[in-house]
Amino acid sequence: MSGTLIIDGQTIPFSAGQTVIEAARTAGVYIPHLCHRPGYTPHGSCKLCTVTVNGRTCSACTYPAADGQTVVSNSPEQQQDRLRITQMLFVEGNHFCPSCEKSGNCQLQGVAYHLHMLDNHFPHFYAQREMDASHPDILIDHNRCIFCNLCVRASKEKDGKEVFGIAGRGINKRLIINSPSGLLKDSDISIDDSAAHVCPTGAILIKRSGYQVPIGERIYDHHPISEVACNAADTITEGNHGC
Amino acid sequence: MAANKVKIATTSLAGCFGCHMSFLDIDERLLTLAEVVEFDRSPLTDIEHCGPCDIGLIEGGVCNSENVHVLREFRNNCKILVAVGACAINGGLPALRNFFKLEDCLLEAYQDGIGVDNPQIPNDPELPLLLDKVRPIHEIVKIDYFMPGCPPSADVFWTFLSALIEGRDPNLPYALVHYD
Repeated sequence: MSGTLIIDGQTIPFSAGQTVIEAARTAGVYIPHLCHRPGYTPHGSCKLCTVTVNGRTCSACTYPAADGQTVVSNSPEQQQDRLRITQMLFVEGNHFCPSCEKSGNCQLQGVAYHLHMLDNHFPHFYAQREMDASHPDILIDHNRCIFCNLCVRASKEKDGKEVFGIAGRGINKRLIINSPSGLLKDSDISIDDSAAHVCPTGAILIKRSGYQVPIGERIYDHHPISEVACNAADTITEGNHGC
Repeated sequence: MAANKVKIATTSLAGCFGCHMSFLDIDERLLTLAEVVEFDRSPLTDIEHCGPCDIGLIEGGVCNSENVHVLREFRNNCKILVAVGACAINGGLPALRNFFKLEDCLLEAYQDGIGVDNPQIPNDPELPLLLDKVRPIHEIVKIDYFMPGCPPSADVFWTFLSALIEGRDPNLPYALVHYD
């Protein structure tokens, strides 16, 4: 089925099988998101893409587009909810941007800038998760992980491996490595894997590649993620462009 | 004349003074500012305690008992209290010590560290005790406004203060909002 739907008053087309967020992106309409990525199975964990479709609240990344839908994505209440969700992500981990090499190129930060987040609002958890620096080329700072599951999906769907998983419940949820020791160095991951590059935050980093881009030339320095993510030239690469 | 001026107090708690330096980076605009504001307690003045003020600018998180007292003094005296910079907002890089036990930090610095002479943990009552964790200031007192950045740029200070002095809500454009 294909047809048109209306997002915030704008009529846009969709093609068969598209979700609401895919239809929106194709038409250049930005709906904030972190766990969604084109070409990957939807996950629905970050809740930033929450919209109302015909008056019902749902995740735009998992909801199928249908003819005649009326979608509201940009109400002040929705933006306020997104701000609070983003602040929750910031206080749950240790997002000290001044010392993070992903700063300026980080989707979490990009979304926060887009939402004009000036403070973290909530008390800080100051998470105490151990860093995994065991791998010669790849580093994991678990305190920056937002559990978007993209590395899990990338490893399974793109790389044909199952290096990552999410274990534990509630606040004790954590990213785990599929290796006898639980360390990245003993897993099947390689520096060329999609899973090594897909992380939207500074949780999974390539070693010895930080601080290469001058301030002012980083992805979100001058262009909000809303522009970058919907740029037609921004094809589905493993670059971290917020699509 | 001074009675009509906006009174501003500033302080650095667990800060690096970088936010104050960035404030001074407004350069010759300081002269324009000086025509409409008067500084109360600040590292830039000799005033020891904060009196009644319109605006209080707080740099740094809260890392010891004296920080808590100073922060409360500012809250009690300032109509508008502003968290300036990453440290005041989320503890900043000093909060990286929250990974470690306070005792281990002190032992490493004053007893077991390389090159330490006459090792002992300082214990004079004159010295403020460290808190077990570094905290953002909004966890201690109510904060009215936040100026992100490490440090916020001079233009952030200028935009922000211009608005507050004129009684407007500050509105930072995209280019001025950054956390690094």
